[in-house]
Amino acid sequence: MAKNLLDPTKWIDKYADYLYNYTIVRVNDDEVAKDIISETFLAGLQSKDNFKGEASERTWLISILKRKIIDHYRKSNSRKGKAEVRMFFTNEDGEDENWIEQQVSDPYERNAQETMENSELGISILECLEKLSPKHAAVFKMKTIDNFDTEAICNEFNITPSNLWVIIHRARTAMADCLKQNWF
Amino acid sequence: MKCNEAQTVSDKTQYKESSLWDRVKLGIHLLYCKNCQKYSSDNNHLTQVINKAQIKTLTPEDKEALKGVIEKGNFH
Repeated sequence: MAKNLLDPTKWIDKYADYLYNYTIVRVNDDEVAKDIISETFLAGLQSKDNFKGEASERTWLISILKRKIIDHYRKSNSRKGKAEVRMFFTNEDGEDENWIEQQVSDPYERNAQETMENSELGISILECLEKLSPKHAAVFKMKTIDNFDTEAICNEFNITPSNLWVIIHRARTAMADCLKQNWF
Repeated sequence: MKCNEAQTVSDKTQYKESSLWDRVKLGIHLLYCKNCQKYSSDNNHLTQVINKAQIKTLTPEDKEALKGVIEKGNFH
């Protein structure tokens, strides 16, 4: 089997959005997510001589990213101090408090679940995008995900609107084929 | 309307860039063309899936900044 190689000059175009989606649902803060991604790429550069080529470039970057996310949680936990531990079930006036149930019930639980599912969907979409040619992927992404208008994309890539629609058509066909395994 | 035309109208409809008249012609084409029915339904589904995913992307400025980080790091 051919060994995978690293090409840091293409990392941003190929993987930045993928890593960003992976990170943002886990840390829920734009600035923190960007910092973590930038640390991940730097760590990748520093340890690129250790890359054995057995995993894909993306898998390898994700494994670094996961460690960076865990580091982030560790740091923010130690900053927060110790968790509050309550020993009594009554408040100062001796009234019963429902605090266990209050602590346990989480009105956002369903939402969180949904967010995670959507994020997994997003990750599959970005993985399918990687299978397109870089130009088709870039045009499709600009049009469909970033919602740029046709004229702006035509100017950016120096193509005519009918070129654009041919690219969009091929990209949509390929994307539908790629996603079909997961979406029904 | 031919199939390739019908599919282009279906594509443009995903981005709200088709005319009403084109959509009417597409509707008539879809009445008898199984192949384009399939394409059109997958195409609508793809749009729904992508909207549902709410993919977040980095801005071009963010990407440039990250590229700068990598370039700098690559030299050290």
